[in-house]
Amino acid sequence: MNLQPNTSPAQEFDLVIVGAGPAGMAAADCGVRHGLNTLLIDEQPEIGGQIYRCILSADSQREEILGPDYSHGRLIAQRVAEHVTTGRLAYWPEASVWQVDTDRTLHVLRNGRSRTIRGQAVILATGAMERPFPVPGWTLPGVMTAGAGQILLKSASLIPSDPVVLAGCGPLLYLLAVQYLRAGAKIRAILDTTTGPEWKRAWRHGRGILKGWKYAHKGMGLLREIKNSNVPFCRGVNALRMEGSDALERVRYSHEGREYDLEASVCLLHQGVVPNTQITWSIRAQHQWDATQLCWVPAINEWCELSVPGFFVAGDGASIGGAPVAALQGELAAWGAVRSLDRSAHDAADAQAVKLRRQIEDHYAIRPFLNTQYRPRDEFRIPPDDVLVCRCEEVTAGEIRAQVKLGCTGPNQTKSFSRCGMGPCQGRMCGLTVTEIIADATQQSPKDVGYYRIRPPLRALTLGQLAQLEP
Amino acid sequence: MMSTASTADVPKVVQRSGSPSPVPKSSRSSDVIIIGGGLQGLSSAVHLSRRGFSVRLLEADYCGRHSSGVNAGGVRTLGRDVAEIPLALAARDRIWHHMADFVGHDGGFVRSGQLQVCETDDDIRKVKARLSLVESHGFTHEKWVDQETVRELVPSISRHVLGGIWVEGDGYAYPYHVVTAFRRAAQEAGAEILEQTRVESLHRKGDTWQVRAAGVKYEAAAVINTAGAWSAALARQVGDDVPLIVDGLMLMVTQRVAHFVDPVLGATGRALSFKQFANGTVVIGGGLRCRADPISRHATVDMATMKTSAITVTDLFPHLRNVQIVRAWAGVEGFLPDQIPVIGPSACSPGVFHAFGFSAHGFELSPIIGEIMADLVEHGESKLPIHPFRVTRFNER
Repeated sequence: MNLQPNTSPAQEFDLVIVGAGPAGMAAADCGVRHGLNTLLIDEQPEIGGQIYRCILSADSQREEILGPDYSHGRLIAQRVAEHVTTGRLAYWPEASVWQVDTDRTLHVLRNGRSRTIRGQAVILATGAMERPFPVPGWTLPGVMTAGAGQILLKSASLIPSDPVVLAGCGPLLYLLAVQYLRAGAKIRAILDTTTGPEWKRAWRHGRGILKGWKYAHKGMGLLREIKNSNVPFCRGVNALRMEGSDALERVRYSHEGREYDLEASVCLLHQGVVPNTQITWSIRAQHQWDATQLCWVPAINEWCELSVPGFFVAGDGASIGGAPVAALQGELAAWGAVRSLDRSAHDAADAQAVKLRRQIEDHYAIRPFLNTQYRPRDEFRIPPDDVLVCRCEEVTAGEIRAQVKLGCTGPNQTKSFSRCGMGPCQGRMCGLTVTEIIADATQQSPKDVGYYRIRPPLRALTLGQLAQLEP
Repeated sequence: MMSTASTADVPKVVQRSGSPSPVPKSSRSSDVIIIGGGLQGLSSAVHLSRRGFSVRLLEADYCGRHSSGVNAGGVRTLGRDVAEIPLALAARDRIWHHMADFVGHDGGFVRSGQLQVCETDDDIRKVKARLSLVESHGFTHEKWVDQETVRELVPSISRHVLGGIWVEGDGYAYPYHVVTAFRRAAQEAGAEILEQTRVESLHRKGDTWQVRAAGVKYEAAAVINTAGAWSAALARQVGDDVPLIVDGLMLMVTQRVAHFVDPVLGATGRALSFKQFANGTVVIGGGLRCRADPISRHATVDMATMKTSAITVTDLFPHLRNVQIVRAWAGVEGFLPDQIPVIGPSACSPGVFHAFGFSAHGFELSPIIGEIMADLVEHGESKLPIHPFRVTRFNER
């Protein structure tokens, strides 16, 4: 194996892993244990990713609030930290990957300077991002995502001081509600956008629920805890809108034909998470439209390898499966990398992979149920004309529909027509919505409409930093 | 400054079919087939359709997908090859300055002027030589401006700049808006535009040209080759060998910043071209080339090369050092060894006309190229001097 000392300025590694969440940590652990010269790159100051954010520095009170699923990450995080301490794993925290080339060269910004590295194999474990939730007024100050709320809770034990409204659907919304209740936050109401029929459809996946009973049990526990708290819980909410002149003042919605008006200065929106595919699109890997999860997923083989050779993807960035699946996939992808670098490891890798794939499949059993139950409703994904879709450049759904009438056939043309998706977020916040609006307007599948071409820099890079780029 | 289209055989002039344009949907035949829906092709479609020719345009991807739609948008006569100046001035003064009248939309054209700055004494020597060359050909649009005038034009510019060339009538536009305007104008005039229709073969049968595209056979008396980076392969099919090089051309754009510059800026001693759009974003280029693959139709951005632009920009405007780059991209473009395009009839195949190889500066010329192509199709010659752009020039000694 290529066990060269890590001293050359060229910075070659056997294995480069992007993202230190459950998938990235498991991959790093596996890579190190097989003697691969491994580098773990992460944007956060501490390992753990979104789910185990700040796990190594959390005190017991924070752990109690966040619950056992959070503490579960401690074991693997400690093991990875030990590899770092013993010098077996190179680890770059607070480093962002701003360009990836198909020859597995990565450009990484760290401490204000850009470095270039190359991996024999690269595992992308960049996780998920929250699905955009474009409702009227979603850009008002005071309207945030549930994920953002949870980051503040995990990293700084911060909770909203005013009563908060939680709106949308998906396990994270309930989890955050419970964590807020434990932390003493006041919840004004939980506005659930799922409806009765979805519940009925979802229960048809009964076998999955039995197989995934642990997940189902956990979900019921969360709902019970919410119910016992006496927080107003409203299922089947329609016509959700955020209102206020300079900031959020009230949340309006309708329920069973009646209009409601809730005073609120903070509302956290959430309707599930989707794979973060910025890097995989940028290297022009093949992607598929997942019609059950309503998102793009990179096409992978049985080793989690992309259509671009030497690149693997594991965890929620491959397909939404949650932390346990991410850890298993991270290990599977690492075995895939080991196998591609070392012929003698084929048999061992094949044997491990059989086990890992079976475990992954077991965890996936609950997914059809979750996908159906928490399927974000059409009106919250494909918004009416007056709703802002691209927040950076302020482009509305109606403007996109008007462009379709002018002959615009895909997201890349909307950019040229209106600068939609051309702002600082580079389409992360609007990409899915734009694809779905065009698909809906032209009566095509999102698969045929396609996605934005993603170009570097993938992360913030200044002219000054580029000017100082090392040769 | 008149010259005929070709030194050798003046090609047969194409007659209008008499069939009323637009092309009847059922018919596979038209007076003219244009291959390539970039600006050169769309402009040709506008001019020809308005003269009553039935026109069908075949585009492999969507109109303006490559160089035409994603270029820096410079409307520049400044610094052009002397052979291009008459065409560039005609395009600018007759069409760009009246774009809304011409295609119903101004394409975002702003008459901001263009300024090429001198940073060293050597730059000044180069620029003075350039100005006397241009003047010796009777052109007066490029003017010397001293340090004081440069500072008046761009008060935020670094103090080390010594002077420059100023062209008042130049400016910039939004490339894709221009593409869209020309495309709509062509359609309104009756041209049929077929996108996702890649040309597979081109050959002569009797008096007509047969073009096979996306599995369908089309025919026309005349064919215009405006296929950009993919033009050389078509030219070869009709017997014209052109040493076209396919490369990517890179640009980057910043976040919005407070207004600091009006004119489009270029440097003399180093590669740079940049402009600030009305929305505050700054587009930075300067002819930086990268690897492009004509088969997958993709150009890969090479940030290590873009670094030189970042250095030049931050030297000229130190306050931009902390400004974030939002996006870098590249378009696929065809370059010729002498950096000027091929414009004119095929040397061996009557009825075929070329306009390609614009080598990263075809955007400004495009409105007039369509007129030249229409003149060639209709009269067999152009009123503008296009002899320097003849397709045979690479094989002459």
